[in-house]
Amino acid sequence: MSHGRDTSPKPYAVVAEFDSPEALLEAAKTVRSNGYRDMDAYSPMPVHGLTDIIDFKDDKLGFVVFAHGVMGFLLGYGLQWWTSTGFNFGGTWFQNTGLNGYAHNVGGKPLFSYPAFFPPAYELTILLAAFGATFGMIAFNGLPKPHHPVMNAACMARASADRFVLAVEATDPRYDEDEVFELMNTLNPLSVERVWTEEGY
Amino acid sequence: MAGHTPIDKDLLTGDHSYETLDAAIGDIVLDSTTHNKPEVKLPGGIKSSPWQLMFGFGFLFVNILLMSLTVLVFNGIGVWGNNQPTGWGFDIVNFVWWIGIGHAGTLISAVLLLLRQKWRNSINRMAEAMTIFAVMCAGLYPLLHTGRPWVAYWLFPYPNITGMWPQFRSPLVWDVFAVSTYMTVSILFWFVGLIPDFATLRDRSRKRVSQVVYGMLSLGWRGSAKHWHRYEHASIILAGLSTPLVLSVHTIVSFDFAMGIVPGWNVTIFPPYFVAGAVFAGFAMVILFAIPLRKLYKLDTIITDKHLDWMAKVMLATGLIVFYGYIMEVFYAKYSGVEPELALFHNRISLSEAPYSWAFWMLILTNGIIPQLMWSPKLRRSTWALVTVAVSVSIGMWFERYVIIPISLTRDYMPGAYGYYTPTLWDFGMFFGTIGLFIFLMFLFVRFLPMINMFEMKELLHQMKHEQGHDDHAPGHGDAVAEEAH
Repeated sequence: MSHGRDTSPKPYAVVAEFDSPEALLEAAKTVRSNGYRDMDAYSPMPVHGLTDIIDFKDDKLGFVVFAHGVMGFLLGYGLQWWTSTGFNFGGTWFQNTGLNGYAHNVGGKPLFSYPAFFPPAYELTILLAAFGATFGMIAFNGLPKPHHPVMNAACMARASADRFVLAVEATDPRYDEDEVFELMNTLNPLSVERVWTEEGY
Repeated sequence: MAGHTPIDKDLLTGDHSYETLDAAIGDIVLDSTTHNKPEVKLPGGIKSSPWQLMFGFGFLFVNILLMSLTVLVFNGIGVWGNNQPTGWGFDIVNFVWWIGIGHAGTLISAVLLLLRQKWRNSINRMAEAMTIFAVMCAGLYPLLHTGRPWVAYWLFPYPNITGMWPQFRSPLVWDVFAVSTYMTVSILFWFVGLIPDFATLRDRSRKRVSQVVYGMLSLGWRGSAKHWHRYEHASIILAGLSTPLVLSVHTIVSFDFAMGIVPGWNVTIFPPYFVAGAVFAGFAMVILFAIPLRKLYKLDTIITDKHLDWMAKVMLATGLIVFYGYIMEVFYAKYSGVEPELALFHNRISLSEAPYSWAFWMLILTNGIIPQLMWSPKLRRSTWALVTVAVSVSIGMWFERYVIIPISLTRDYMPGAYGYYTPTLWDFGMFFGTIGLFIFLMFLFVRFLPMINMFEMKELLHQMKHEQGHDDHAPGHGDAVAEEAH
């Protein structure tokens, strides 16, 4: 089954389960103040303030959406400009190249009728930006991923319902499974689990 | 934080926990027996349920739709009542009507998200579903009106052997871009909202098939804090994109008329007036679906009277904007003094001399007068009054388009070209058919997807509990952090 990855069982994380967002935030703060960096939390709804505690920030999406929007706008105007004029500025740039567009005089309007070309360009701006936002979010989140090592934890079955799970991941430089386990137990969790994986993470 | 207004306690009544919210919303989907209740006895001892009846009713009309489409495609659009001078009849009336109904969904999901209105949480999923289904119904009309729907792709710009491209100066081509973008973005927004709920259903389900299906649809969502961070970012961006989109769609639909020189069409008030009308009709439809569904599935602690009250207020407000539009149309005619405009005005109001004045006065009654009942707080909380007004508005908004389209087209500049428009059986077949399709799709949606956004309801519940926590028990519960983030 090896795909060039080491699939021997390895520790992935230690997870603790809580029953409220407040308890999760409190626990995350304590764990953070003990110097752990590679943390994550799993919750049925967004818990505000959590990403500040685990020191996670990611603004890439905004830039991706902006780039897509600009692309959509240029694509929209470019398409209409080309197809309505063949980029013919009085010269014969694309004559007989197959790129000469469909330049026709319609009601005496200028070939490059830029005000009339605004609505399609506007819609394409929104369309591409929305693609950027949706698929950008999915891609940056590493989805789709039907199975993730943390799902080996029993408490994850309710992390989409009414449980709030804090994880310290094994990639943390200070990670020592027993130490983390002890620390987690001091936070009044409902349960603490050691999560192992064979997925070659 | 300063200026932080407390959440209205009436938005979620009853003693809810995260678990009971999942049970109340998620189990409607996961437990198929909920749709067999309450039992309805039909004549002949046949047992049924409201869901089955509505689904069957929708299915019946879907078949009428299919039959109408077959007749239409087989014979051509001559089976419709369209004639000279009325080149646009039911096809455009119903197109605009359906597109308008869809607009409330986007308004609720996008504009109210940007305005941080908590009351959207209970109704946004349902309204977004309505948007998608309404746009599907709307899209059928221009598609079929092309006469050859199998070559409808000619409307899109694509390189072809004839070297021809669309006429981008035409509002009808803008419509293609606006409506297809609207459909796509609405589906994306809807799907993004559904991802965490699919994960909840995946984990809650005890049946293998639904675990696998919802598991795939959830894309393996695990609720990571890092994912939520990007997710919320994406949601707010999509809301920000949908807001100008929804305004542009009905603006462009109104350009179909306003760019023309037909009397009664060539007015600058059309874009805002159409957008307001769209929201007006859309809220009426949300009310029409929300009231029976919350009763049928016992969701009245989640979709409370407060929600109905606010929807009624939005309906009233947009209704007043629309009514202002009607007044301005009259004002334009009078103030301009242009003869064809004055004649059009006469054609609308004169009961004795204008053949369509019944439609205009019907419009004023259903869209202008009856919605004024919503000024009364008591009537806003009475489901029967709300249903009556919502039905009246739906009819009224249909008449609005009927008044705009045939009245103007049958009587424009040349008296020699005056005509009359009478829809045929197949016009009605397709119209009622799309209503059936809409009902059919809505009840499929109720069966297979959570009709209320579960994670947003949990978030609302948490915020409400959190605020209560400030009132009655001791601090020191992660408050400082949570407060910063508010």
